[in-house]
Amino acid sequence: MNTADDALLADLKRVLGDRVRADSAERALLRRDASVFDGGSAGPTCLCESTEEVQRVVRIALAHGRSVVPRGAGTGLAGGAIPLGAPVIISLSRMNRILEVDTNSRIAWVEPGVVNLDLTKHLTPLGYHFAPDPSSQQVCTIGGNVGNNSGGPHCLAYGVTNAHILAIEVVLADGEIVTLGGLDAEPSGYDLRGVFIGGEGMLGITTKVAVRITPNPPAVSTLLLSFDTPRDAAATVSAVIAAGIVPAAMEVMDQGITIAVENYVNVGYPRDAGAVLLAEVDGLPDGVAIDAQRISDIGREHGATAVRQAASDEERMLLWKGRKTAFGAVAQIAPNYYLHDTVVPRSKLADTLEEVYRIADEHDLAVVNVFHAGDGNLHPLLLFNGQEPGIYDRVHAAGAKIVEASLAAGGVLSGEHGIGVEKQPYMHQMFSEDDLDHQERLRHAFDPACRSNPGKVIPVGHSCADIQSLRNVPEEVWG
Amino acid sequence: MSDFAKVVGAEGPVTVVGGRTRWHVGGEIHSGAREVHAPSGVVSYDPAEMTVAVRAGTTTAELAAALAEADQRCALPERGGTVGGSVVIGENHPEVLGRGWLTSSVLQVTYISAEGKVVRGGGPTVKNVSGFDLPRLIVGSLGTLGLVEEVILRTNPIPPRSQWVESHDAYPFTIASQVLRPSAVLWNGSSTRVLLEGHAPDVAASLNSLASIGSWSEVDGSFDLPQHRWSLQPAELNGCSGAFVASIGVGTVWRDEPQPRPVLPPSVIEISTRMKNNFDPTGRLNPGRSAF
Repeated sequence: MNTADDALLADLKRVLGDRVRADSAERALLRRDASVFDGGSAGPTCLCESTEEVQRVVRIALAHGRSVVPRGAGTGLAGGAIPLGAPVIISLSRMNRILEVDTNSRIAWVEPGVVNLDLTKHLTPLGYHFAPDPSSQQVCTIGGNVGNNSGGPHCLAYGVTNAHILAIEVVLADGEIVTLGGLDAEPSGYDLRGVFIGGEGMLGITTKVAVRITPNPPAVSTLLLSFDTPRDAAATVSAVIAAGIVPAAMEVMDQGITIAVENYVNVGYPRDAGAVLLAEVDGLPDGVAIDAQRISDIGREHGATAVRQAASDEERMLLWKGRKTAFGAVAQIAPNYYLHDTVVPRSKLADTLEEVYRIADEHDLAVVNVFHAGDGNLHPLLLFNGQEPGIYDRVHAAGAKIVEASLAAGGVLSGEHGIGVEKQPYMHQMFSEDDLDHQERLRHAFDPACRSNPGKVIPVGHSCADIQSLRNVPEEVWG
Repeated sequence: MSDFAKVVGAEGPVTVVGGRTRWHVGGEIHSGAREVHAPSGVVSYDPAEMTVAVRAGTTTAELAAALAEADQRCALPERGGTVGGSVVIGENHPEVLGRGWLTSSVLQVTYISAEGKVVRGGGPTVKNVSGFDLPRLIVGSLGTLGLVEEVILRTNPIPPRSQWVESHDAYPFTIASQVLRPSAVLWNGSSTRVLLEGHAPDVAASLNSLASIGSWSEVDGSFDLPQHRWSLQPAELNGCSGAFVASIGVGTVWRDEPQPRPVLPPSVIEISTRMKNNFDPTGRLNPGRSAF
């Protein structure tokens, strides 16, 4: 810290007192998020407790020529929350109040630091839930869900975060407070609310959110189908959709992850299956029974060796527990993993998956797959030991090939984790210069000076303002 | 460069004409703007992917017919006009609760920029968070930021059974507590029509639940909807009077007269103005029309 930082700190402390943290331990902690990326550089962290405090902090940062980075739980996997250029970090985890729940209008107003699962737990006694359910839902926050337009297993039928947000109060990079969207049916003007969601904190800072709450379905049926190969499981997924069924969720796990999960939580997954498909249908009892039977039949037509239907809520929760703890289970079989996130057309799932296995082999890496098959959203986990010299280069190279294979199959860079710094170098593979130029124009409408979370999403070098905002961008952000 | 890009060019005021079904929304186009027409036709449609790529000049009727052949449908309203027109108007289907929101269903958009370049935003898959969300910006933009050439839309299966029912004595605001997922609840002040969709036994069960709050009879379809859409909060609808049809639980109200344009907050206008200037610095795209 130098003199300039001292002046900045003094101003911030006048507003927040001891809720400004700038000690070396805190700064070291906040250099990273849940991704494999290292090399961030944190400025002071401000634990804000109100919209007004966020506004004042943004204005102080601006006056000191510093950018700002909003931070929720730090569970992002694309490096979107990594601070570049020693920005002021605005932590929103203390803004965690559920402000209002209106079951008549099916709306809840919440602060951005509310944990995703806490909201659903709060709504359970009222018969409602918040539909987006990312795997990190026990810790990730609503503000982070907004920033990343988060998905989750149940987004197949219910849609991703954008479909569940009505209005957002935002502190813009110049300190202005603005509400985007509204509670009315089709708010007037450009859909700035829709555009802001998935903006990865580069369009402003979320300080309050009106979320749509979803009534709990009276009937739910969960099936576990076993297959000899991931190809059979993928073919079943395509056939279910082609038959006109849109289940609430369709998740596939290959044998590697199924065994890891079984060792970890012992939920009764078959260890001998080449892949399992976890399918769920919900709604009214008769329709649920019809669709569950059809999925079971389609599975058997496509080579399912066993079909298990949960007979009770307990068994259903157990089957889901396995899926939801998959990433924790991986820690039991490898010291490190790198979780990828691409989407391909459903019809290309099986081919792309085989390509993923081939790429991992070629780079001498182990890989397991657990993914949102219904959406064509692949999640290969490359397993490695971070202590091994040169390993990150290999992981990086394999990752690049997986992205390439997904795009070649007619897919996209990311389904739910976002671009952050991870996929930034690949943006040119999916978009032309003109496409990227227009994305940048969109961003500049919100933040002309590129002061909010600079250096992400749009490839570096595309924007002069970013380069000015990043005083100390590390050349190598791979950790 | 596409043929449409050549036609739009890079200079001079230009306006894109679809079916002229909602031509006056957003203001009168300046005289002297050159009229252009977007290309038409379904580009590709794979029902198993639940996506369709369609050119902007295609009529919504033609698209609906193409999807129906594979027992599917989409979120676009079927009130005449073109796909491109419906997308830039941003109008949801009256059965939005069953069809889904238009803004969530436009997966990819290809448009011609003010500089005459082909720009693509979003992606072809049903799930995508790659970069900033240009499709959501274009939906409802009234052609003021770019002229849409082609879109990829999410499609959905047509439910096995669809049934409209009507009641003259049921209180419309209690229906949501009786039926799990009605595809539409429309109320005109004296009667209520509900669209029930799904497997036949589910539709029957829902109708059974509705019987506890009123008497119902099967009807052929929705009310005739007045021309103009008003955007209200769902909680405001019980104050509706005069001639209207209100979408309960959604907030859309159809009336014979247009809704006075709401005044947006200064900071929203500031962002919107910058957006327009960044995308169309010379104001050549649909001059005279404004989305805000």
